[in-house]
Amino acid sequence: MNIDGRLVRKESLEKLFKILKANNRTIVGPSQKNGRISYKMVENYEGITSEYIQTTQSPKEVAFPRTEKILDYSKNADGMTVKGINADDIPDIVLWGVRPCDTMGMGELSAIFNWDYRDEIYNSRSSRVTVLGFSCGKSDEYCFCTSVGGNPGNIEGSDILFTQLGENGDYLAEIITEKGSQVVSLASDLFEKAENIVKGKFLADVPVRFEKEQVRQNLEKYFDSEQWVAQSLKCLGCGACAYVCPTCACFDIQDEAHGKSGSRVRCWDSCGFSLFTLHTSGHNPREVQSQRWRQRIMHKFSYMPDRLSVYGCTGCGRCSRACPADMNILDHLISIQEVTV
Amino acid sequence: MDELRRRAKELLEASSVKVVIGYENGTDGKTRALFIENPADAGKLVFDSRCIMNLAAYITKHEVKSKGKMAIAATLPVMRAIVQLASEFQVNDNNLLVLGITPESKMIEFKDLTEVETFVHQYQIEIDSRNKEMLDRIEKMTPSERWDFWIQELTPCFKCYACRAACPMCYCHRCTVEFNQPQWIPVPSSELGNLEWHIMRAIHLAGRCVDCDACYNACPLAIPLNLLTKRMLLDAREHFGGYQPSLKAEHLMSTYKPDDKENFIM
Amino acid sequence: MTDNIYMPYQMKVEKITWEAPGVKTFMLKFINEDDQNKFSFSAGQFGEYSVYGTGESTFCIASSPTRKGYIECTFRQTGKVTNALSNCEEGSIIGFRGPYGNVFPIDEWKGKNLLFIAGGIALPPMRCVIWNALDLRENFKDVTIIYGARTVKDLVYKHELEDWKRRGDVKLITTVDPGGESPDWKGEIGFVPTIVEKVVPSSANTIAIVCGPPVMIKYTFPVLTKLGFADENIFTTLENRMKCGFGKCGRCNVGKVYVCKDGPVFTLAQLNELPDEY
Repeated sequence: MNIDGRLVRKESLEKLFKILKANNRTIVGPSQKNGRISYKMVENYEGITSEYIQTTQSPKEVAFPRTEKILDYSKNADGMTVKGINADDIPDIVLWGVRPCDTMGMGELSAIFNWDYRDEIYNSRSSRVTVLGFSCGKSDEYCFCTSVGGNPGNIEGSDILFTQLGENGDYLAEIITEKGSQVVSLASDLFEKAENIVKGKFLADVPVRFEKEQVRQNLEKYFDSEQWVAQSLKCLGCGACAYVCPTCACFDIQDEAHGKSGSRVRCWDSCGFSLFTLHTSGHNPREVQSQRWRQRIMHKFSYMPDRLSVYGCTGCGRCSRACPADMNILDHLISIQEVTV
Repeated sequence: MDELRRRAKELLEASSVKVVIGYENGTDGKTRALFIENPADAGKLVFDSRCIMNLAAYITKHEVKSKGKMAIAATLPVMRAIVQLASEFQVNDNNLLVLGITPESKMIEFKDLTEVETFVHQYQIEIDSRNKEMLDRIEKMTPSERWDFWIQELTPCFKCYACRAACPMCYCHRCTVEFNQPQWIPVPSSELGNLEWHIMRAIHLAGRCVDCDACYNACPLAIPLNLLTKRMLLDAREHFGGYQPSLKAEHLMSTYKPDDKENFIM
Repeated sequence: MTDNIYMPYQMKVEKITWEAPGVKTFMLKFINEDDQNKFSFSAGQFGEYSVYGTGESTFCIASSPTRKGYIECTFRQTGKVTNALSNCEEGSIIGFRGPYGNVFPIDEWKGKNLLFIAGGIALPPMRCVIWNALDLRENFKDVTIIYGARTVKDLVYKHELEDWKRRGDVKLITTVDPGGESPDWKGEIGFVPTIVEKVVPSSANTIAIVCGPPVMIKYTFPVLTKLGFADENIFTTLENRMKCGFGKCGRCNVGKVYVCKDGPVFTLAQLNELPDEY
């Protein structure tokens, strides 16, 4: 596939931002608070944080918000009026500053929301997002995208992928999709002709740490291993890993009533919580944390590849960075690969 | 911390304890919890200023407790949490041995929890100056400013409950938020709902919090929610004469004394 | 948005039957006639029934697909939503999403004997397939129903049990747990697995369908195996915590299977493949 590659000067990024704003685009980008980086609506270019290896929260919120209304209801004399979501109310968003692991993650998230039943609420949001990806020039010990089929310059999922050509350098902009071309058309002067740029040498070196097929095969026989208890002793059972993960999509459905009317919302949930599988009768198929930790790994590296043909992990490393107990999923995956069952 | 490693090895070899809880080197220069059952692993134990996680959060965890008698490498905040947990009947001398680490990094092996309590009572819980300054700043705000401040700080919270999970005092099998008849605190993350969760947790910690900052350190978004617990601690001092974790504690929120001040009610 | 998969059908509670202490059956009619006409389902499928403002709860569709114009559900008052449903009156409007899940392969059972074994509140999922089979009675050979509950009061669908007993073409055996009988009880006394052993149903050319509380199932399966039933010919339904009903929220994921999509109907052979997490 021939990707249209252009040169974008370093200073042009801010100009592009301003042009998008002048064209009434809502821009969501990485924004710093309390030393952590999350994706928020940004009004000014200065509001964008750019010096980071990876953000704290993933950009999945633009398509899968943490709390999202799925219907409104209102009881009246005639009965019950129930209203769904109007797709026209969903804004178009330019998602500025997404790493290639996250753009790959969007495909995995989409697989969950579209297998068999198509979740049109999710699709309405994700189809209105234009993704401006930024390749990785640096990585750290938490990153492992190359072990799960990704790489620091992966174009998959981006509409335009920017790669900085060295520290303080200009950018190679790869225009990958029609949506990307539309952005370019708003600011075509900023996208200059590029002369034979090889982006590979400007990308971070992310060594492959494990072989995902080997892990998947080992997991087939690993279900009853005692290692799950040993691995999960440290785990405190919070939902931090699931919430910062770009591909975790487990959710809860809750009703919020205000007198005679109210709404039904969908909100994030985590298989790590003890309540997740608890029956009203009191029976809990996953009573202890080791079973729940096992579910996390098996679902992402065994069940999802089997049913949905995608792995549930992009190697972004956020879960390990956010984990208060330093569970470090990478350590565990490496030890699973090395196990002789 | 050679003495710690030596003692851990001895205890496991003699089967005096079944598991030693301490710290090991983790990712990216951090330390994390370590559970040793094999004496040969005692060499993995480390101790230095990086070791701030409150390991007492693990002594109420089923998979750890069920191994048998535990030994724990405990700094002062961990010791305070242990004494408080003991006063709430969550641990006792039969299932826990405390290998204390003094503020001067010396190891003391306590004979029993009473000795731990004596040690802990030598030190007052002091709020550090940076947080004290923040608390004073909030104190000077008008109610409306304070509301705006907390809405701004707490709205980003996505209810991962890492704060609850890391807190040694939050050991309830079924937390208040996990009840749905009635649903006391809403499940989804929302402006008001987040306020309700954090305020409720702070109130449930009144008279119990040992100011270890585990909640703040655990929060993936570095929300300064420990300001609420610190404020609660100072209020407890002001209105109820303060408290120290004590084995035979009269728990602050469940003890009524005729001379309790009621100036905040009337 | 035309295809909001979270949007329920609006249903009117047409009739409420009080089956047993804490157990009610609702007959539901679609408020929108168009929905009524387009709706169809097969035996074994379930739905998400909601009280607006309280939440949704998962129950099977307890009426037979051969009977048009309404659906029925039976539930026990256990938690938040079932308590709210229990407070509904005839005429109340509730929501229904469905049908979800897989189906009992009734077509494959033509020409065979059918053995239905149920316990307590688990008769509802079976009732659907029992009526489905009885409405097409000529397709099957012998039909035996073994049903038990803790006490006489706890037997559900009491009037239908009478119907089944009175029919000449069904063998019905009812039982209550030892100590649960009333002075005028004429049925068996004993736990369901014990009664199955006593009845000694033939496994030749027979499909067994078993639904009940986990403890009953645990002791009934070995009895059937001993009687010569192959694992592929023993069917059951799994109950799991569910929310969405269509394989996205993750709650009912057991091994590689989603109970809401690959189930709730499973054969014993399929269950044996699953990890012990249900």
